[in-house]
Amino acid sequence: MGRPRGNAYSGIPRWVVAVAAVGALLVLLPLAAMVARVNWPQFIPLVTSESSLTALGLSLRTATASTALCVLFGVPLALVLARGDFPGQRLLRAFVLLPLVLPPVVGGLALLYAFGRQGLLGRSLEIAGLQIAFSTTAVVLAQTFVALPFLVVSLEGALRSAGSRYEAVAATLGARPTTVLRRVTLPLVLPGLASGAVLSFARCLGEFGATLTFAGSLQGVTRTLPLEIYLQREADADAAVALSLLLVVVAVVVVGLSYRGPAPAGTGSRPARSAGGQGTA
Amino acid sequence: MSPVRKASALLLAAALPLALAGCGGASGGGAAGGGTTVSVFAAASLKAPFTQLAEQFEADNPGTTVTLSFAGSSDLATQISQGAPADVFASADTKNMAKLGDAGLVEGSPRAFATNVLTIVVPPANPASIGSFADLANPGVKTVICAAQVPCGAAAKTLEQGTGTTLQPVSEESSVTDVLGKVVSGEADAGLVYVTDAKAAGDKVREIRFPEAAEAVNTYPIAAVRTSKNKDAAAAFIAAVTGSEGQQVLRGAGFGTP
Repeated sequence: MGRPRGNAYSGIPRWVVAVAAVGALLVLLPLAAMVARVNWPQFIPLVTSESSLTALGLSLRTATASTALCVLFGVPLALVLARGDFPGQRLLRAFVLLPLVLPPVVGGLALLYAFGRQGLLGRSLEIAGLQIAFSTTAVVLAQTFVALPFLVVSLEGALRSAGSRYEAVAATLGARPTTVLRRVTLPLVLPGLASGAVLSFARCLGEFGATLTFAGSLQGVTRTLPLEIYLQREADADAAVALSLLLVVVAVVVVGLSYRGPAPAGTGSRPARSAGGQGTA
Repeated sequence: MSPVRKASALLLAAALPLALAGCGGASGGGAAGGGTTVSVFAAASLKAPFTQLAEQFEADNPGTTVTLSFAGSSDLATQISQGAPADVFASADTKNMAKLGDAGLVEGSPRAFATNVLTIVVPPANPASIGSFADLANPGVKTVICAAQVPCGAAAKTLEQGTGTTLQPVSEESSVTDVLGKVVSGEADAGLVYVTDAKAAGDKVREIRFPEAAEAVNTYPIAAVRTSKNKDAAAAFIAAVTGSEGQQVLRGAGFGTP
């Protein structure tokens, strides 16, 4: 198959385009309104103030660490969910995806009851000399918690649409499971993994509710950019708007530069897909 | 596209904004049931006494409905200045009332109707053995306070300067409820909250009063909003809050007399 992109069918009914335009406006209009509220003469001093730069730096560092954790735990989870076959698989998927629909505050409370000082593991951790409450570790935990589903969903989708034919062939040629994973599966779904990681990173950057509930808010330790915006909004609306724009720009740059969206059928970055893409072999 | 299809598409496009507008029902006062509606925007700390006062007010004034909206004072001031339909504004500090006054949105001069002071709350077992304000600065004590940008944090700063104590908080929260939450959950050893919050939390926390608290008193002003369409009802509600019955309810919740 391998249909070139230019010839792809694009007969979208005009009314669909009209409704899509309304949908796009719903997102763009508030952003435009925010840009219109920016106090431009003060913009640079506001976003380069010490507290702003500290918050931005903390956000970037924690989001990077959390994304690494998401990849570390999300790849095996996606593999187990896409390739495994065991009782309770659907239940596991539902639970892994739960943070997508949970209000972040609820996530924060759940984390508190697990890792907080009075929590399930908190006492053991404290005896082991680990204090998570009010630390940057808490921020990373909260971000990983909310962002993990984004990586799992993206990667599981990529794994399913890539199918397991090549893996089966490699196995019949004598490759061991780890070799198949390393040499066949992962290279095949790399674009999906990259998209998932970018989405996770973006979600980490925007994380607010779970962090506020679980980690607290202290400059340079737990006060990430969204928390700084929330705080500045109380006292200085101009600073809050300027920082919001900064966060939007960072998110747009990160997502826009590296997120390609789901690979269009037939134009993808992998070997031509056949009708038996979901092959069971 | 056939004319019929085109028409239905247009209808659909036209219906969407209407559907969205429909979601925002129930706003705007006065129209429902022919009675009067007073929309009261009040600081979050006033939730319990104002809910009680509103019920009393409705009972005393048949046909009048009081709708209450509670949030941080600065949020409310922002909402009102952006055109939110408020008739009465009750702020937890004079600063946000002044902000609204500067915007020309306050009718007459605001009246102080309550005061609030900070107090220390600790988990019931008091794990860090806190006994005074100075104890909060002891090494290893996990103290949580409000950030200096919000009224309760400004009051904490005043106390620090007044007592010559420098706190090293593990977290500076954006709202006093978040401070209380950290103490109730046992994450923090101590927190600085308003006496009214400590009272509302009951036995989930232990309160440790300290004499220096009197050095930072927050005054709560109330005023009618200039854009109000129910000025008489707004004035009546303010009279109820500042009157003896209202004051009694506020005392009961732990507020002080201005």
